[in-house]
Amino acid sequence: MGAHHGPAKGLTRWLFTTNHKDIGTMYLWFSFAMFLLGGSFAMIIRAELFQPGLQIVQPEFFNQMTTMHGLVMVFGAIMPAFVGLANWMIPLMIGAPDMALPRMNNWSFWILPPTFLLLASTLLMDGGGPNFGWTFYAPLSTTYAPPSVTFFIFAVHAMGISSIMGSINIIATVVNMRAPGMTYMKMPMFVWTWLITAFLLVAVMPVLAGAVTMMLMDIHFGTSFFSAAGGGDPVLFQHVFWFFGHPEVYIIILPAFGVVSEVIPTFSRKPLFGYDSMVYATSSIAFLSFIVWAHHMYTVGMPIAGELFFMYATMLIAVPTAAKVFNWVTTMFKGSITLETPMLFAIAKVFLFTVGGFSGLMLAIAPADFQYHDSYFVVAHFHYTMVAGAIFALSSAVYYWIPKWTGKMYNETMGKTHFWISFIGFNLTFFPQHFVGLAGMPRRIPDYNLMFADFNMMSSIGAFIYGSSQLLFLFNIVRTITHGKPVTDAKVWEGGTTLEWTVPTPAPYHTFTTPPEVK
Amino acid sequence: MTQTTDKNIAKLSIKLLGLVVVMFAFAMWVMPPLYNALCEVLGINGKTGQQYTVVDSQIDTNRTVKVQFVAQNNEAMPWKFAPNTSQVEVHPGESAHVTYYAKNTQDRYMVSQAIPSIVPSRAAEYFHKTECFCFNQQPLAAGADADLALQFIVDRDLPEDIHVITLSYTIFDVTEMAAKQDSVAAASK
Ligand code: HEM
Ligand SMILES: [Cu+2]
Repeated sequence: MGAHHGPAKGLTRWLFTTNHKDIGTMYLWFSFAMFLLGGSFAMIIRAELFQPGLQIVQPEFFNQMTTMHGLVMVFGAIMPAFVGLANWMIPLMIGAPDMALPRMNNWSFWILPPTFLLLASTLLMDGGGPNFGWTFYAPLSTTYAPPSVTFFIFAVHAMGISSIMGSINIIATVVNMRAPGMTYMKMPMFVWTWLITAFLLVAVMPVLAGAVTMMLMDIHFGTSFFSAAGGGDPVLFQHVFWFFGHPEVYIIILPAFGVVSEVIPTFSRKPLFGYDSMVYATSSIAFLSFIVWAHHMYTVGMPIAGELFFMYATMLIAVPTAAKVFNWVTTMFKGSITLETPMLFAIAKVFLFTVGGFSGLMLAIAPADFQYHDSYFVVAHFHYTMVAGAIFALSSAVYYWIPKWTGKMYNETMGKTHFWISFIGFNLTFFPQHFVGLAGMPRRIPDYNLMFADFNMMSSIGAFIYGSSQLLFLFNIVRTITHGKPVTDAKVWEGGTTLEWTVPTPAPYHTFTTPPEVK
Repeated sequence: MTQTTDKNIAKLSIKLLGLVVVMFAFAMWVMPPLYNALCEVLGINGKTGQQYTVVDSQIDTNRTVKVQFVAQNNEAMPWKFAPNTSQVEVHPGESAHVTYYAKNTQDRYMVSQAIPSIVPSRAAEYFHKTECFCFNQQPLAAGADADLALQFIVDRDLPEDIHVITLSYTIFDVTEMAAKQDSVAAASK
C-alpha cells in the first residue's frame, strides 16, 4: 500500500473508500440530505398548524410526520453530521494518518443510506409509517402500531449498529493514535467531547436496541415485557427508553459543545478559558446523564422519593453546564473578537442554548412539570437545545472548516445572511411555543384551540423562514466548492491553533503519514 | 502504524464490544426483572404479589378494614365483568372469600387475563391473596359465564392509618396472545 496515492476514480472511490476524509464527506452530505428530508416533514407539520382546524393532512398522516420528523432529525441528521465531523477532524486534530479502523469506518457509513431508505419507505406501506412519536412509547408502538413497525424496529437496530461501530472507531483512534507528545490534557476540546460522547454511545445504543428487541418480541413472539395483560408494564418501556434517551440528548449536544469550544477561541484570539474545567464539566455531565432519565416521566405515578431524587439530580446537571457557558463567555471577554459567520453561529448557539437550559430547569421542577409535560413548552425547550444547540453548532463547524476541506473560501455575505435569517426564523418559530405551551397547548396534535391561533401562525411563518434559509446554506456550500475564492494559507483563520491548521489547504488526501511533534 | 498500535486497537475494540454486549444484556435481561423486583420490594406499583401461603392465622379483632372491589374492562375487551360483592369488612389476619362475575358476550371462544391493582399502593404488600383468578388466564366458551374466586388475607402489620383498601381488576383480552404463546411453545418443542 503506497502511502501517497491519491483517491481512486469514479463511484468506487466512494463505495470502497477507507479514507477518513472521504468518509467524513459522505457522512456530512448524507446528514444534510436527511436534514432536508426531516425539514420537509416539519414544513408539512407547520403548514397544517398554520391555522386551527384540519386543512392539509389527515390526523393519521400528521402523526406519521411528527414521528418521522423526530426520528430523521435525531438519528439521520444530527448524529451522522457529528460523526462526519469526527471523521474529518479527529485525525487532523490529533496528528493521526487516519481512523484506527478504516474498513469498519466504511461499513458504519454505508449502513446508513439503506437504513433510512427503509425507514422512509414505511410511509408508503399499508397502514402507513411509524405514527407513535419519536419516543415510540408502548403500547402505542406495540399493540396499536401499524404493521410497518417491524421495519421501523429493524431500522433502529441498523442505526444502532452503525453508531456503535462509529464510536468504537473514535475511541480506538483517540486512545491509540495521538501524535507523540499529545497527552490527553493537550487534546483539542472537540476531540475530548467526542471521546466522551463515544463512550456514551457505546453504553446506551445497546439499551435502545434492547428496547426495540423487547418490542419485537411482544409484537411477534407472544412475550409481555410491556403488556399489562401478560404481566408486563408499559411504564417499564419508558424507563428503558429514557435510560437511553437522556444520555442520547447529551450525545447530541456534547460534540456541539466541542465545536464552539474550537470556534470561540479562534475568533476571540485567546486560548479557551478553563480548559481543565471544561474536561471535568463534560465528564460530569456524561456521568450525571445516566441518573436523571425519569425527569421525562414525572407524571407516570412515581413515588415521591423518586420524584425528588430525579428532580435534584436533574438540577445538578445544570451546574457543570453553566460552568461551560461561563467558560465560553470568559473566553470572549477582552478578546479581539471578529464576527465571521462561524463565530456568529457559535455565539448564537451559546446564547440560545442557555435559553433552552433555563426552560430545562423549569421542566426539571417535578411539581411544575405536571403542567408543562407533553405541552408545547417541552417542544420549545428541546428545539432550543437541539436546533440552536446542535444545528447552529453544525453550521458554525461547516463554515469554520470548509476552507480547510475544499481549499476555497465561502461567501461571507451569504454566510452572514444565512445566519441572520436562521436566527430570526428560529426564534420566531420556537419562542412563541413557550407561551402556547404554558397556556396549555398539547404537543403532537394537528388541530388546536382558537386561542392559540396567532402564536401558531407566527411559529409557522418562522419555520418557513428558517427552512428556506437552509437552501441558501446549501447554495453557499455548492457555490464555495465550484466558484469559491481559493485559499492557500495553511492557517485559514489567524487565531487557529490546533493541528489541522498546520497541514496545507486544502487538506491533502493523506495527512500526518509521519506524526507531528507536539510540544 | 506500528505493530503495537495495531494490537492495542484490537484489544481496546474487543473490550468496547464487550461493553456493548453487557449493556444489551442489561437492557434485555436485567432491567425488566429489576424493575418488577423493585416495584414489589418497595410496594410501589400497586401490584399485588403472587400466591400467598398462610404463615400464622391469628386474627386482630381490634381493627376492621374495609376492602372495596372494582372491575374495569380494557378498551378492547367486550366481556361483562363485575364484582359480585362490592365491599366487605374484615379483621386483619382473617381470611375472606369473594367472587367476580365474568361473561363472554361474544360468539367465539376467548381467553382473558385480569390484572390487579391496589389503592393506596402502600397497602399492596400487606394484601395477600391465597387464591385468585388473576393467577391464571381465564378461558370462556362463546356465551359462557362463570364466577371467579378470590380469597385473601389482610396482613396484621397493615399500617394503622389505612382503613380502606380498594382492589381493582382490569380484564384484558389475551386470546391472540395465548394462541401465540401456544404456537411458540409448540415450535420450540
Ligand atoms: C440544563 C439542562 C437540561 C435540563 C435541566 C433538561 C430537562 C428536561 C426535562 C425535565 C424534560 C422533560 C419534560 C417533559 O416531558 O415534561 C426535558 C425534555 C427534553 N429535553 Fe431537556 N434538559 C436539559 C438539556 C437538554 C439538552 C442539552 C437536550 C438536547 C440536546 C435536551 C433535549 C430534550 C428533549 C429532546 C426532550 C423531550 C423529549 C420528548 O419527550 O420528546 N435537553 N428536558
Ligand atoms: Cu432528559
